[in-house]
Amino acid sequence: MTLDEILKGVFPSGHDVKTSAAGLITGAGKRKQGGSIAVIGVANGAALGTVGVLPLAEKVLQVVAKGGDTPILVIVDTQGQLMARRDEMIGLNEYLAHLAKCLLLASQLGHRTIGLEYGEAAAGAFLATALATDRLVGLPGAEPTVMDLPSMARVTKLPEEKLKELAKTTPVFAPGLDHMFQMGAVAEIWDPKKPLDEQLEQTLRNASSTDTRDELGAERKGRLMTAVVAKRVIAEATGQR
Amino acid sequence: MEDIASRGKSGWFDATARQRVTGLLDPGSFTEFIGPSERVQSPHLKMFDLPSAFDDGVIIGRGELNGRDVLIAAQEGQFMGGTFGEVSGAKILGLVRAARDHKDLPQTVLLLLDSGGVRLQEANAGELAVAELMRAIVQARCAGVAVIALVGGKSGAFGGAGLTASTCSRIVISEQGRIGVSGPEVIETNKGVEEFDAQDKALVWSTDGGKNRRLIGGADAFAEDSMDGFRVAAEAVLAKVPSFDLKTMQAEQERLTARQQQLGACDDAVSMWRTLGIKDPEAVRDMDGKDLTALANGIKEANHDAR
Amino acid sequence: MQMLSFKHTARSRLPGKKDKAIIGVVASGNLEVLLERVIPGAECEVAIATPLTGYDETWEAVIADFVERFSPGGLRISINDGGARPDTVYLRLMQGSALMEAD
Repeated sequence: MTLDEILKGVFPSGHDVKTSAAGLITGAGKRKQGGSIAVIGVANGAALGTVGVLPLAEKVLQVVAKGGDTPILVIVDTQGQLMARRDEMIGLNEYLAHLAKCLLLASQLGHRTIGLEYGEAAAGAFLATALATDRLVGLPGAEPTVMDLPSMARVTKLPEEKLKELAKTTPVFAPGLDHMFQMGAVAEIWDPKKPLDEQLEQTLRNASSTDTRDELGAERKGRLMTAVVAKRVIAEATGQR
Repeated sequence: MEDIASRGKSGWFDATARQRVTGLLDPGSFTEFIGPSERVQSPHLKMFDLPSAFDDGVIIGRGELNGRDVLIAAQEGQFMGGTFGEVSGAKILGLVRAARDHKDLPQTVLLLLDSGGVRLQEANAGELAVAELMRAIVQARCAGVAVIALVGGKSGAFGGAGLTASTCSRIVISEQGRIGVSGPEVIETNKGVEEFDAQDKALVWSTDGGKNRRLIGGADAFAEDSMDGFRVAAEAVLAKVPSFDLKTMQAEQERLTARQQQLGACDDAVSMWRTLGIKDPEAVRDMDGKDLTALANGIKEANHDAR
Repeated sequence: MQMLSFKHTARSRLPGKKDKAIIGVVASGNLEVLLERVIPGAECEVAIATPLTGYDETWEAVIADFVERFSPGGLRISINDGGARPDTVYLRLMQGSALMEAD
């Protein structure tokens, strides 16, 4: 689906969401029952750098400052963080973390945040946007990628063919929506043939600020140790072991 | 369990994670959670014919820092680059969640970060671990927990570790410490040597290194490369820790916008430092810790609560 | 990954009060050694996980030499090897043994 189709599907009652030349998405859409949903995101596979973060974070803070409980939709198609010496020099890590923190703040203050991945999503930009939401959904065709296989082959010195084979037996490292679903990162995969606005309303009902991704990953057998180990640490720290 | 203990003056950069924990904390005060004899290791590394570590490269536990009760997590930067794997990530996640949810536990968490980011062989699990950790840190901070990042090891704090550091209440860094997102080699491989010559050590340190981070406000205290150095600096930042709320995030928005406007056109670190009002920016490179700290304390942008 | 194990009867139990110790790091040219005082009498068990094949005899010799010199009776010694040379292995075993002998 294109971004336009997604926005039309999610907001049949209308929206004012715009995409800048740099691929930054900001705006709001009307909900059928009244009220609105704020929208930020990255489009066209753009890379997210220090400049791009600021208007997105600003929008989130505006929503929070207004009060109430307006939900925030984070739509993502990004190739990852901008790879530039100057961005690193002026502290890209702080900028990306700032965007994530603003989304996490919104969540803590009662705004449900939903991530919608429709294209690429990679590494640092993934962490700053989609992975900082209460609940992440994907559309078929989305390609979440922590590291692409060719780069991984270069770094691990294993042939790509071998990595592809290993990826058939485990969802733990290779890119792909199905893997992220199994790992618990992606909570739901939407059906593009059904009304998107209804699916969004259901997703909002399922969302909360409590992080259940580790439990989801265990249920789906993608991450068998995270929830168990985290719980064990708490038990040992509180003297219950 | 104790490794061969290091005290006081011994270097942080060359130390193992275990040595840093016992060197930083008050002698005999450390109790480890899920220690190596529990053998909670990575289930994924054997698929790649890689050795695993008994503690998956992360040490967690509880101890005292100058008599103050703390929870502590230390990444072993020499094991798989200190990377976040499923188990190593879950250990740190559990520690922060414990502080978040239990007021009777120490409400100070020290994160001794030494990590190149996410462990490739477990990339999806590692990335999720960072995302879950960042959420847990924010929630812990909302509950009044102080989360302090200490950065000074060989692997630096890159990728997910760089974002984790910037989610913490305060950041302490040494000259040898580095914080960033994409490492210099990655940028060189992807964008070419003209964009970033990863072999140029001075360039790397002026971009990602502790002195730069402290001067532009990307770190809150500068530590000498020793156990004493980090203890003193950690103690200093613990005196005043920003709360996590709308006001703080609005202030950070202002700070980062101003920095982009002020320094965004600079071609190199020296020109950034000159723009910040430093009279002799070329001298920063050879400045010792005391002088660097004094210099940083006089720069408005370097001293803030907006984190 | 290759798994090796060796059982020995040492001259005597290793003195000292420590019940467990760890030394070293799993990294290129290095190894991690976990020592646990869990075996009855003067028996000693060594378990090694190593990514390199073809060094069985070298491991056997280093372990046998260590047992002979340091008499680590009562210890289970578990090793995660990152590809260390025999002298580094020996050093870690000695360091580990010293830790276990501490009060």
